Parts: sequence; C-alpha cells; structure tokens
Amino acid sequence: MSDNISVKKRESLFSAQNLKLLKGPFNDNNPITVQVLGICSALAVTVQMKPAIVMALSVMIVTAFSNLIISIMRNGIPPSIRIIVQLVVIAALVIIVDQLLKAFVYDVSKKLSVFVGLIITNCILMGRLEAFAMANKPWQSFLDGIGNGLGYGLILVVVSFFRELLGYGKILGMQVIPDSFYQAGYVNNGMMILPPMALITVGTIIWIQRSKNRDLIEK
Amino acid sequence: MENLFNLFVRSIFIDNMIFAYFLGMCSYLAVSKTVKTSMGLGVAVTFVLLITVPVNWLVETYLLKAGALSWLGEGYKDVDLGFLSFIVFIAVIAAIVQLVEMLVEKFSPPLYNALGIFLPLIAVNCAILGAALFMQEREYHTIGEATVYAVGSGIGWWLAIVTLAAIREKIKYSHIPAPLRGLGITFILTGLMAIAFMGFMGIKI
Repeated sequence: MSDNISVKKRESLFSAQNLKLLKGPFNDNNPITVQVLGICSALAVTVQMKPAIVMALSVMIVTAFSNLIISIMRNGIPPSIRIIVQLVVIAALVIIVDQLLKAFVYDVSKKLSVFVGLIITNCILMGRLEAFAMANKPWQSFLDGIGNGLGYGLILVVVSFFRELLGYGKILGMQVIPDSFYQAGYVNNGMMILPPMALITVGTIIWIQRSKNRDLIEK
Repeated sequence: MENLFNLFVRSIFIDNMIFAYFLGMCSYLAVSKTVKTSMGLGVAVTFVLLITVPVNWLVETYLLKAGALSWLGEGYKDVDLGFLSFIVFIAVIAAIVQLVEMLVEKFSPPLYNALGIFLPLIAVNCAILGAALFMQEREYHTIGEATVYAVGSGIGWWLAIVTLAAIREKIKYSHIPAPLRGLGITFILTGLMAIAFMGFMGIKI
C-alpha cells in the first residue's frame, strides 16, 4: 500500500515538464557548450577521468543544493544583497564538499588542488541561481541543479575520456591500449595531457554538437 | 629582487591565468568581442587582483594558517582555521570589489564609466579567487611576493584577453564553417594561442 502511494507521488514529481529540466542540459541547453558557463574548472581537471568524475559529482551536489536552498529563501532575500547571500550559501556548501573529499579521497583532492575552491566562482552556480532558482519553486530548482550538474559532468567525462585515452593510453587508470601496439611503434600523444588540447577538444565537441543540432549555430 | 622579477615574468607568461590554468574563462570568452571592452575588463581585473591578493595574504598569514593566531597568546598556538579560507577569501573579495567600486565612482568618474559594468562582475571571476587560492597553496613567504604574483597574473590575463579580442575582430571577415562560428572557433583559437605560449616554458632570468 505504501509503495503505491510513493509511486503515485513520484509520478507527479517527475512530470514531463520536470523531466525536461533534467534532460535539457544534456543537449539543447548544455551549461558548457551552449550557455558558456563554468568553463574554468571544466578544462583544468580533465587530464584524467577519475578527478573529472569526482569534480563533476561535487559540482552537481553543490549546484543542486544551492539551487534548493536559495529557492527556499528566494522570497526573503533583499535584491540588493542577493549576490552576497548566494556566495555565502555556495561557499558553505563547497567547504563541506572540500572537507568530505579531503577525508575520503585525499589523492584526488590533491590533484584537484585549487579547483574545488573555485567551484564557488563557477559561473554555473551563480548563473543557475540568478536565472532559475530566484524565480522557481524548490523542487524544480533542485532538478534544474541536478540536470545542469549532469550536463556539465557529461562534457567533463567526454573530454577526459579522450585526453586520458590518447595521452596515457589508459581509461580510469587501466591500460587499454595493448603492449603490442607500443611495440609496433604506437606512441602516446603527449600533447593531449597539456592544457591547450583541452580547449581544442572542447572546441571540437562544440563543432560536432552544432553540426548535429543546427538550431544552435550562432547568427 | 631577482627572485621577484623572476616570479613576475613567470606569472605573466608561463603560469598564465588563461593559458595554463583556464581561470576567468567565462568572462574571457564573453567579453572578448571587441578590443575596447576587453581592455576595460583587463585593467579592472589587474586592479582588483593588485588589491585583493595582498589583503588575502594578510588574512591568511595572520588569521587562518595553522598557528597564525599565535600573536594572540600562547593558548591560540594550535588553532587552525584553514577550513574557513574559501568563505573568508570570497567575502574579502566581494567586500573589496564593492569598496573599490564606491571609491572609483567618487574619485574618478571617467574611470568608473570605463570600468562600470565590469567591476561588480569581477567579484565572481574565477581569476580573482583562483589567484588567492594559488597564493595560499604555493605559500608565498612575503607580502612582496604575493603582490608581484598578483600584478603578474593580472597583466597575463589582460594580455590574453586583449590578444584574443584583436584576433576575434579580424576573424569576423573570414569564412568559418557555420557550426564552428562564435564559441567553437574561439575555443580552438585560445588553444592555439596556448600552444604558442608554451614556447615560454622554462624561461628563467
């Protein structure tokens, strides 16, 4: 009986409109390739997949909960100091995430170095808070946060997949290109692990996405 | 002195904010359409870095670092407020940006008109917080080092955005494949510029 109720309740929570909030950021409304938000950290942490995934999860959690909290408080925040309020909420959440990372995955936290702290100024957060959470109900804002976090994570994972595969011949730290290739003269592309290639990889992703989805082309 | 000069050159060219660490990318991509506005933003970023990084260095050294509170007395020797650094840094930055905005408006209206819209935006520019966090991570020992680092990274950022804006002004006249127009080509351009900047790697004076 209680199962039935929870199923019914969930259906109304995940109506078509709410699902769109979750799915939009994957393609038409991707935070990185379409809205141009949160690029700083997206590029810097994508040398290997593991830090990229941890970073994506951290951003998703912070986006979702800051959206939720600001949306709950949205009617009580005076407009003139809203940026400070948003920054404080975000900074508090980021501190929690940072402490958790230091406690449970210390090696990854060292690799991410300052970029965990930089989630605070990640434009995705402020962008979504200003554009969505300040004007919408808590549950929708929460979904919007999760969706944008996932959209951001998707790009991070794709970029880091190619950079790790071509740069180290590994995926998630496991060797995938067999030794026989190296003996036959295959060499890892050292360029892929340097910063410039992150930019060019994202540029290529944008190119591919826009040639598939021609509505996104500028002008 | 030599050390400081070395740090200065290093932070402009080798550890360039944009090309090596991708800090402040959002405004870098959004504002780099014309040379004039990107000049304004570049000046504003350098200016704010010059003020916030030394202030954050003082906060870090005398308040937050492990053992930093020992000037209060013996009992405070073991206090480590390091976990508060994010929230304190961002609060300091937001407050200083607000203050700078008011001061500039009062004392130099032309400069205010030039920087106008960019100043409040800078509070949430990753480059500013990033510089503060790098300052913390790299443990600069004197306020001089921190200041030189701040000015150097500001100038590096400025250089990057003005160069990109100049290229983007010219690229308007070329035939770019439609899906690559706008954002896509800007990313690839920045990547190519970053490769060029890698040529500075290893420079030491």
